[in-house]
Amino acid sequence: MTTAPDTKTAPASRASLVRSLALRWDTAVGVLLVAVLVVGLGSTDGFGSSENLAFAFNDIAEVAIIALPMTLLVVAGQVDLSVASMLGLGSALTGALWEAGWAFETIVPVVLLVGVAGGLLNGWLVTRVGLPSLAVTIGTLALYRGLASVALGSDAVTDFPQTYADWAVDTTTVPGTFLTYPVLLFIVLAAVTAVVLHATGLGRSLFAIGAQEEAAYFAGIRVKRIKLLLFVVTGLFSAFAGVIFTLRYGSARADNGLGFEMLVIASVLLGGIDFDGGKGTLFGAVAGVLLIGVLKNLLTLNDIANEVQVIVTGLLLVASVLTPRVIATVVERRHRRAANTPAPQST
Amino acid sequence: MTTTIESPPDTAKAPQRSASSLVDAVFRAREISIAGALVLLILGTYLANPLFLSDQGVKDLLLNASILVLLAVGQSAVVITRNIDLSVGSVVGLSAFACGKFVAGTDHGVLTVMLLGIAIGVVCGLVSGALVSFGRVPALVVTLGMLYIIQGIDYWWAQGEQISASDVPDAVLGLGSGSLLGVPYLPLISLVLLAATAYFLRSYRSGRELYAIGSSPEAARLAGIPIRRRVLAAYAFSGAVAGFAGALWLARFGTVVADNAHGWELTVVSAVVVGGVAITGGTGTVWGAALGALLLTTIGSVLVVLKVDSFWQGAITGALLLLAISVDRIVNLRMTAALRKRSARHDHGA
Amino acid sequence: MNQSAPDPAPVLALKGVSKSFGAVRALQDVSLQLFPGEAHALAGENGAGKSTLIKALAGVHRPDSGEVLLDGEPVVFHGPADARDAGIAVIYQEPTLFPDLSIAENIFMGRQPRRALGRIDRKAVHATTAGLMRRLGVDLSPDRPARGLSIADQQIVEIAKALSFDARVLIMDEPTAALTGSETARLFSVVQTLRAEGAAVLFISHRLDEIFELCQRVTTLRDGRWISSEPLEELTEDDLVRRMVGRDLDDLYPKQEAEVGEVALSVHRLTREGVFRDVSFDVRRGEIVALAGLVGAGRTEVAQAVFGVDRADAGEVKVGGTVLRPGSPTAAMAAGLALVPEDRRQRGLVMDLSIERNIGLTGLDEVRKRGLVSRALEHDRAADWAVRLQLKYNRLADSVGVLSGGNQQKVVLAKWLATGPAVLIVDEPTRGIDVGTKAEVHRLLSSLAADGLAVLMISSDLPEVIGMADRVLVMHEGRLVAEIPRASATEESVMAAATGRNERAAA
Repeated sequence: MTTAPDTKTAPASRASLVRSLALRWDTAVGVLLVAVLVVGLGSTDGFGSSENLAFAFNDIAEVAIIALPMTLLVVAGQVDLSVASMLGLGSALTGALWEAGWAFETIVPVVLLVGVAGGLLNGWLVTRVGLPSLAVTIGTLALYRGLASVALGSDAVTDFPQTYADWAVDTTTVPGTFLTYPVLLFIVLAAVTAVVLHATGLGRSLFAIGAQEEAAYFAGIRVKRIKLLLFVVTGLFSAFAGVIFTLRYGSARADNGLGFEMLVIASVLLGGIDFDGGKGTLFGAVAGVLLIGVLKNLLTLNDIANEVQVIVTGLLLVASVLTPRVIATVVERRHRRAANTPAPQST
Repeated sequence: MTTTIESPPDTAKAPQRSASSLVDAVFRAREISIAGALVLLILGTYLANPLFLSDQGVKDLLLNASILVLLAVGQSAVVITRNIDLSVGSVVGLSAFACGKFVAGTDHGVLTVMLLGIAIGVVCGLVSGALVSFGRVPALVVTLGMLYIIQGIDYWWAQGEQISASDVPDAVLGLGSGSLLGVPYLPLISLVLLAATAYFLRSYRSGRELYAIGSSPEAARLAGIPIRRRVLAAYAFSGAVAGFAGALWLARFGTVVADNAHGWELTVVSAVVVGGVAITGGTGTVWGAALGALLLTTIGSVLVVLKVDSFWQGAITGALLLLAISVDRIVNLRMTAALRKRSARHDHGA
Repeated sequence: MNQSAPDPAPVLALKGVSKSFGAVRALQDVSLQLFPGEAHALAGENGAGKSTLIKALAGVHRPDSGEVLLDGEPVVFHGPADARDAGIAVIYQEPTLFPDLSIAENIFMGRQPRRALGRIDRKAVHATTAGLMRRLGVDLSPDRPARGLSIADQQIVEIAKALSFDARVLIMDEPTAALTGSETARLFSVVQTLRAEGAAVLFISHRLDEIFELCQRVTTLRDGRWISSEPLEELTEDDLVRRMVGRDLDDLYPKQEAEVGEVALSVHRLTREGVFRDVSFDVRRGEIVALAGLVGAGRTEVAQAVFGVDRADAGEVKVGGTVLRPGSPTAAMAAGLALVPEDRRQRGLVMDLSIERNIGLTGLDEVRKRGLVSRALEHDRAADWAVRLQLKYNRLADSVGVLSGGNQQKVVLAKWLATGPAVLIVDEPTRGIDVGTKAEVHRLLSSLAADGLAVLMISSDLPEVIGMADRVLVMHEGRLVAEIPRASATEESVMAAATGRNERAAA
């Protein structure tokens, strides 16, 4: 029996091929985003106006901001379904406290603290009690939304002073650009998150935890502490997104952002973050969020019904997990066929 | 050593036996404790307001619970295999609207409508199931995608249209409002399906194999269980039940719009988890899941009867779910630790 | 021993079977014949391809080439169910049961006896299971869930499964590794009964005395190749070892003499209830101390408690004189402890990550430049250790999953040696790696000790224990029962202590 000299390297190159194809999904989403932008500019009047761009991006600011810590959570193999409820709770609290005559400067830190507390509860149940994050956050999804109802009932608080509202609406932009302040905040936070995920020890640890938690723990990584921290940050960002949402619409309601959790998770997964943890780039997640936002805007401008947008979101989501899998299978098949043909038994 | 070894004497393993009955008790305890909580809740509410258990009160409670119970039964079959189906809310919505559209202004019979609902559900379930089992992609992501797709199709088709009760044939509405010996049809249907599913999961090979897959996929593979086929079947079942529930929704309310049962998927999952079906698969019964659904519905009704602000309902549901899974987990940890120490003592004593 | 001449028709056979996993050629042109009524031993070192051979017979792996013959006819098993239906039962070293299901369900899953309308006959399931348990002489309730069963009891369940479908071929992969003396005796008597009833048995064990006691013929594998098949009558233990190893043992265990220094690791009365108790020992600089014992004796658990990944209920661990904070791997690492775990794929490495990231994982604070992780530093650190350990790889950015077992183990070693430890705990350092790399690992451990490192080596490989250790500590059922100096350590003395033979003599 002869050993072909290249058999040693073949599987390695195959694996790297599979990996690069899988990794390329985030690039693909980036390319798709650019393509949609270009098509939009060419085909749709008013799409490229700075007013419209300001509106389009501001419209997904909350989802985008929450998607950042969600990306870290999913990379670490966790998920938080309670984010939209925390957004609602943040909004409801903002309204209730404002109605009670609190100063806005006091309300914001209180809301943020509540976000931290909510994140702590999620994290505590996951890391200390040892429950799956999916089950825990389905529970806190109901709990936090429920607390929002308790805080504000079915009322809406709308009498926020213009000075604060101005900060969040799409008609106020950073001078000379089409960037609104919430979008600017998102850009800054995204940059920080990207650095944390891809260039710090913490980021390295997240990938290890998501890919193989036990091995990470055996390497001395403080798995529980890190997970707890992630849930806390997610709670914090979600509560703050609640404040932005309230100001943007000038309306505090308990049911603000209902169902956003699905949109956030859809964006993150669309960007190629592996739901099983351990894989993905922040670039992909951001591209995923923006793609959903831009598509929505473009379809609306072209009078394509909201329903179609929903279908497109769903299809993209399924495609985002199915495509890399199909490519990997095809590559593997081809490799196996290639490996089997030139090796007839000589003995 | 000699080759003629007598069968070794029975080593006394009394501690293990008592430990095993302890474990059994705890496993059974989940259903019992939920039933207990339910009874206490109903009793307490009755004492505060006897109207709660009036004929009409009981009827309302059962009617309200029956569709959620159905969905919980379907969802259990999927969750037991260590998967999840988030698309059920959308399937109910689509099926209800499609059935409404189908019967509006006609005199189609009840059976035709129900079969249509089930068929729609099966198709949705098969798509999700095929993606999960043969596409080998994470269940949560796929069924979240299906949630959007089915919802989108539903809305797109409906275009804000509403089917009103006056368009629906009386025969169909009769199924929602009629009763047998004073018990409304809907809860009876749920009960029959629940009992049948429970019996199937308990007494048929393929039913047991669903548990095996969820308990240890690796062991299931070694045991030669057709994992993909079973998972596909579980999704088809969950879809069928959701489609059926949609048709019943039409019969019950008569008036349907596109976003019926919007957001129900998480309520259903909550009911299942409260009922003791572990989200990590392998354990729990549909009876427990049904009790969970009944408990969640009852809490809603109780709040109304006790004139508690309905705003509390969500918070209480959430807190209850967290409490249920936490207690379950802590009891399990204690049990494992107790078993470990017990068997250790036994070993050292030998 | 009673040996009848094997029946001329083999019930199950492999003919010229080869199987590769990526770069690793697990089996090359291997043949094997199993006859009814025969207990056949499969011998070979760790990594010789025994597990792959079993999985080929069990329908888990399909051979790349060659044939599986059942009653002389070529068959293709499309899955474990096919093999089972052909009457082949496999008992793996670590049984795979459904933890949530009862013992009875575990035994009959997928083939429960049925009543009318296809319903499962629960009474029959229960009664048959109870009967099987009686036949095996154990008192396990059929309704007890499998969760929490000891490994020995789990194996009993697997054997009951094999009995329940009257297996014609019983394959056992190191079934005695985790068993006590009496449990092993119980197992052997069951096997003898089956054999007398005409079943063929394929038996794998690292304990040569067991092979000679139970089996009539032996097939030896080395590095995935067939070496020999012959009657055991004509063999001595030394012959068998020579066939398995294929080289002089001296090459394999290049133990250097090292100067023994002060105490580096001191474990005092460490206890974890139900797992191990009252374990005390010291390891000095320059010393290799082996921790021997049967699987399940608590060795791995002691190592994990020392390193802090498990919490001990009582006792303390000192490294270089300072007491470690319990339950904190971070503190253990800071004090200079390193643990190369037994389960390389689950605990030693993050299989999806690259070689360099795996090596960097233990030094995330060291590969930083201005607070951020520097890919260049990370790469350099990995490249440095890859050269020092003669790692065979394509690119450092490749995932560790594509490396062979031996090279993966080198990555784990690199990852820990890069932390500059004072005490290195290695758990089964050469399990599942090829003989060449094995010798390299031994040379490495030896030279590290010579440089003043304190090494605690857990190993089930007795020649390795005898060949490498300055002292041998032996655990039995959660207790440290013997300390044997190098001069008097023999396979017999270690095994006697590990099986608690002294205790049993007294009982």
